[in-house]
Amino acid sequence: MMSLSPNLPPDKQREMLRRMLTIRRFEERASADYVAGKIYGVVHCYIGEEAVAVGVCSALTQTDRIISTHRGHGHCIAKGADLNRMMAELYGRQAGYCKGKGGSMHIADFGIGMLGANGIVAGGISIITGAGLAAQMEGKGGVAVSFFGDGASNAGPFHECLNIAATWKLPMVYVCENNMWAANTAAAATHAQSDVASRAAGYGIPGVVVDGNDIFAVHQAANAAVDRARSGGGPSLIECKTYRWRGHTERPGQSDPRDQAEIAAWMHKDPITLLERRLHDQGELDDAGRRAMEGEVTGALEAAVAFAEASPFPLPEHATDDVFAA
Amino acid sequence: MRELTYSEAALEAVAEEMRRDPKVFYMSTDALPPLLNEFGPERIKATPITEAAFTGMAIGAAGCGFRPIADWRQVTFCFVAMDQIVNQAAKIHYMFGGQVNFPILFRASVGGGGRVAAQHSQSPYSMFMNVAGLKMFLPSTPYDMKGLLKTAIRDNNPVISFESSRLMGLKGPVPEGDYTIPFGKADIKREGADVTVVALAWLVHEALAAAEELAKEGISAEIVDPRSLVPLDTETIRNSVRKTGRLVIADEGGPTAGFSAEIAAVATEDPETFARLKAPVRRVCALQVPIPYSPVLENHVFPDRNRIAAGIREVVQARGPARAA
Repeated sequence: MMSLSPNLPPDKQREMLRRMLTIRRFEERASADYVAGKIYGVVHCYIGEEAVAVGVCSALTQTDRIISTHRGHGHCIAKGADLNRMMAELYGRQAGYCKGKGGSMHIADFGIGMLGANGIVAGGISIITGAGLAAQMEGKGGVAVSFFGDGASNAGPFHECLNIAATWKLPMVYVCENNMWAANTAAAATHAQSDVASRAAGYGIPGVVVDGNDIFAVHQAANAAVDRARSGGGPSLIECKTYRWRGHTERPGQSDPRDQAEIAAWMHKDPITLLERRLHDQGELDDAGRRAMEGEVTGALEAAVAFAEASPFPLPEHATDDVFAA
Repeated sequence: MRELTYSEAALEAVAEEMRRDPKVFYMSTDALPPLLNEFGPERIKATPITEAAFTGMAIGAAGCGFRPIADWRQVTFCFVAMDQIVNQAAKIHYMFGGQVNFPILFRASVGGGGRVAAQHSQSPYSMFMNVAGLKMFLPSTPYDMKGLLKTAIRDNNPVISFESSRLMGLKGPVPEGDYTIPFGKADIKREGADVTVVALAWLVHEALAAAEELAKEGISAEIVDPRSLVPLDTETIRNSVRKTGRLVIADEGGPTAGFSAEIAAVATEDPETFARLKAPVRRVCALQVPIPYSPVLENHVFPDRNRIAAGIREVVQARGPARAA
């Protein structure tokens, strides 16, 4: 069941769709290039969960700060990261966001308030809570958002940080992307209670469950939490129930214990299709407009790949740069 | 000159830097009353007992332009924050291509002698030396403490201030007002001709006492205090060993893959220094055991002036590899 349309201007709704589509096409390309050997190491795809990152980030300003997870491309794109530098980083090139030192799991752009993907489950929660503390000390109404998964919600930093943020009334929004699987273990097998949001009660803060595939539901919940944080009301916890379409990583041949019917059922609830249909029904996106958007997104990605391929690799001796700041 | 204790010198350094730079703030599980009185709860934050949380928060605040001080109090408590220290603080500047600085001071007392057993008596700085991206130091005097701590607060990297629990009450001259001591600059605490002793913190004082005793036997020991472990002043250490031809390393930590092993390698892998060695390098370290409680046991585990003196006598009497004159 879809939430009621919020009072969002059609342009903004189309922009939300464009960002979701960009995430999906970016990752489809990253996965293909990874399998082709042009991208190294490991790639974790966010496909199927796009409404969470875009729904939340569209409630933020550029100076608000977020932190991401090992599955971080979506949050980068939702916060406005440059596709060229993202793709160049995946390609291990000098022009990448991290000069080729980070790769898929470590893209950051502090200039747009994206404090980094993070390779350690729950590793980012305390860092972004420190950004929330910074925002409180700055006193300019800034907000910090922690994205993390159902797996991280069972780790100590989640609980430690919710407690400290609630005690200090930090301007935080904790967004649990419950995609039902922590790597290859079902959340149902590792959570004492099915709703992560219910844990908010233990810290005396609001905790809500939303349909993470319904971008308006996510956006409305995020708006409420951001307003509360900005006005000094303290942190909130939003649990977005969603699903990862792909395996834990894009590595070919990896085992995936999930039931194919379960995957198919969630793919049937595609967040992008839901928003497309909604815009179409509102008369805000016709087929030509949809095709044009697809063409623009694909064109931007082709340009990003071309940029990455044209960028030189770092010099080997760059390995010793930036261990310490000057 | 006015005298302060080691811990008073640290407090003065923090207070002066907090007056100097409004971006500096302090997090610890207990607010230190003199700091709280002067700077208030906005800048002196008493945290829950959650080192993992406030260590990570220091990283985030640093990345947003603040200069946090995260005081773990005792080094043992930082082990619950190892992900934040090792995976996050140490790597984040490098991993993100150097786009933002993370100026953080971590404070932790180290050492033994307090009869508080294994979990509260540790000298694990070597573990952290092994992690790229962290600077660290271990002062031996109130003077060094103030100057190094001020340098650390102004540094644009994560820095760990290891502080000797045995020296907290040690008094010494400390100038009023501002001065800094650069990292990577060892201090020769006593000049000598026959043997170099590289020692840290409390063992600098034990080594000085040993040198005093050995002077009566006609042995002249040079005591080198590296002060900062990362960066390490290898030149001063090598120059001293080239001069004396002998090296003893005294460490309150155990020998295995430790600070003492690093200093031995610094001396012996340098061809010019190695060529001047007249005797094997000798390490005088704690025994490689968890630190026990009973005074009889604890005293047996730690090196002291007598063991350092014995180590020095050993290398002075030993014959090194055959050398051309």
